[in-house]
Amino acid sequence: MIAPNTSASVQSLTLQIDGKDVSCRSGQTILDVARENAIDIPTLCFLDGLSLWGGCRLCMVELAGSPRLFAACATQCAEGMQVVTDSPRLLAYRKTIVEMLLCERNHVCAVCVSNGHCELQSLAQKLGVTHVHLPYRYPKLEVDSSHDRFRLDHNRCILCTRCVRVCDEIEGAHTKDVKGRGIKSFIIHDLDQPWGEAESCTTCGKCVHVCPTGALTDKGTAVAEMAKRRQFLPYLTQMRETHS
Amino acid sequence: MTPEELQSIALKKHEENGKFKHCLHVCVGSGCCSSQADQVLKNLTDGVKKGGVDKDVRVIGVGCMGLCANGPMVSVDDNQPLYQHIKPTDAPTILNALDKAPPDEMVCDTDQPFFKRQMQVVRENSGRVDPEDISDCIAHGAYASLAKALTTMSPGDVIQEVTKSGLRGRGGAGYPTGLKWSTVAKASGPDGRGQKYVVCNGDEGDPGAFMDRSVMEGDPHRVLEGMCIAGYAVGASKGIVYVRAEYPLAVKRLNKAINQAVRNEILGRNILGTNFNFDLEIRLGAGAFVCGEETALIASIEGNRGTPRPRPPYPANSGLFDCPTLINNVETFANIPPIIARGSSWFANIGTEKSKGTKIFALTGKVKNTGLIEVPMGITLREIIYDIGGGIPDGKAFKAVQTGGPSGGCLTEKELDIPVDYESLAKAGSIMGSGGMIVMDETSNMVDVARFFMEFCMSESCGKCIPCRVGTCQMHALLDKIYNRKATPGDLALLRELCDMVKATSLCGLGQTAPNPVLSTLKHFENEYLERIQTSGATNAHGPSAHNGHEVNA
Repeated sequence: MIAPNTSASVQSLTLQIDGKDVSCRSGQTILDVARENAIDIPTLCFLDGLSLWGGCRLCMVELAGSPRLFAACATQCAEGMQVVTDSPRLLAYRKTIVEMLLCERNHVCAVCVSNGHCELQSLAQKLGVTHVHLPYRYPKLEVDSSHDRFRLDHNRCILCTRCVRVCDEIEGAHTKDVKGRGIKSFIIHDLDQPWGEAESCTTCGKCVHVCPTGALTDKGTAVAEMAKRRQFLPYLTQMRETHS
Repeated sequence: MTPEELQSIALKKHEENGKFKHCLHVCVGSGCCSSQADQVLKNLTDGVKKGGVDKDVRVIGVGCMGLCANGPMVSVDDNQPLYQHIKPTDAPTILNALDKAPPDEMVCDTDQPFFKRQMQVVRENSGRVDPEDISDCIAHGAYASLAKALTTMSPGDVIQEVTKSGLRGRGGAGYPTGLKWSTVAKASGPDGRGQKYVVCNGDEGDPGAFMDRSVMEGDPHRVLEGMCIAGYAVGASKGIVYVRAEYPLAVKRLNKAINQAVRNEILGRNILGTNFNFDLEIRLGAGAFVCGEETALIASIEGNRGTPRPRPPYPANSGLFDCPTLINNVETFANIPPIIARGSSWFANIGTEKSKGTKIFALTGKVKNTGLIEVPMGITLREIIYDIGGGIPDGKAFKAVQTGGPSGGCLTEKELDIPVDYESLAKAGSIMGSGGMIVMDETSNMVDVARFFMEFCMSESCGKCIPCRVGTCQMHALLDKIYNRKATPGDLALLRELCDMVKATSLCGLGQTAPNPVLSTLKHFENEYLERIQTSGATNAHGPSAHNGHEVNA
């Protein structure tokens, strides 16, 4: 039998996520479809409206028939796929990833402006990270307060690069980027200058509001006051798509 | 240039070379040059001129001859004789001995297993041709395969031939080359223009590995020819050689080779009188090991930070500038000309059932004959280490051999008789890798070995994904603690846990394989870990035990 030629139109597929039959359009990722169906897969670097990064590895899922794990944010659905998002193995890995972030730099929730509004904090609570079984590194890191309105606290940065991507892709300024590599990676401004001296910065503040932790904050906020507003991002991307 | 002109260049150069009574080949690879081989070459050239015999004696610089431990090497005619450990002041002695019996103490025995047990396919011209002279290379067969492919074969025929040869990627993973080529050939670009790229991965970075460097330095035209044939096969008109900037000599010779090929109309438009166009350029890596990973390499060529991205899409479909891109290792491309010249069945006769052809290894560490060897697949590790390598020096006992560098594992005495092929090495807990082979004797401490490779991975991690960025750092700290006898059994358990987690969740091959040296040393030498671990006071797993300062004599 000759298969009908449907390449021009969008194909729909069915697959199973955690035993639940779901449908999707070809080209959708596992993460898209899981979220549409209220199946929670944790993420930190992923943000709707920004380009794919695939760095936090929290959304790793199991696929039937493969010993490997796959990042749900970067894996497209296929017909008949059987996805497992919450095996004990995956949960253990996710907890370790969160613990790795907590021990990598200095995350002290009790004195953080983002206490109560922090994605890392709520993820740790949700995953049941009651203690960290990896040695803390306690690195000595700087806080960049040179900008008039914003502050970058490297102690609380998890290097998800949402700020780098929003600055480049949405604002078009590309003030922020990453320097160094490995454990010595840091967010920088322009040519590794203090933020306040970075001429390309438009002071739009998008980076502050996409930051999942208290690394990027408004100045003048006290403990637990820094709530982030993300609504602009889907709005902006949608408006640009419809009017481009 | 037409294929006929190519042949006439070869004939003319042969005739020229034939007029000389003797030809002195001086190895001017990076290894020998570090022992003044360039000065040896200069003194010999000057000596010939001064002696007025420059019509009879030809002196050329050539690529690596393999036995780097005994360098600088000078070969007279076809190794009659082969001189070793040559100093610049030895030049007159060599010239005086040209028509007489050579001084015994300087002569290297070419009947020893180091030479006899090797099989030169990729390196057949290395040490024989002048890499900086395209006509000398053409006289030794360079670009004849390209002419054959372009004039007598269709792109499909070339892919068929490569597929039938059984050649697999020499970068380490062993992906079938023909399959990769056919995938790229079938892929179409994003804009329908059909732009495709051929990229040569020369970002060799494993500690102790220098196979690709010597191929690029010793016979650069072979790499260019392989890429050109690949471009014809997959339908690409542009090629990029990505070489690390730490290989200045390789970069210089490749540049020279590309310029000479362009000037001779072997690269560029209407190659060898056909309608095939192919341009080549060099891009330098800025010193990041991770750029050997294909998606990071592409990001680097595009001018971005060299970090990997999730696959799929694979570069074969969406690679450089989102175009279908064929990425192969230097040695893989260098295998192509002989396959085209002599046919796939000849190549498929070498090696084992699933691993065909030869493999170059950089034999280093505690072994007598350190250097570069090319051996048929299926040879055993014992033959490599004891016959070719000459065994362990100073009467010490063999302990382990590390293949595959920081991504590989160590193998012990028990595994020495397994054949060297992709599957057998993987089954034994290591990998083929790109060809680094480090031999260790009884004095090596395996915890230290694991710590060394972990330190390498930690400092080369790009930092993009959390498991690799933080995991390698944590594992290195644990290994350091174990080595310094400050660890508890809990630390060892944590190390094992992190190995599993980092392997399973990292974004690219660097993180996914970083735990391998730890896992394989733990498998074979667990006692070396255990004897360094404190058994008393084990309750305090991570804190004060590291700082309480008392040493335990285990």
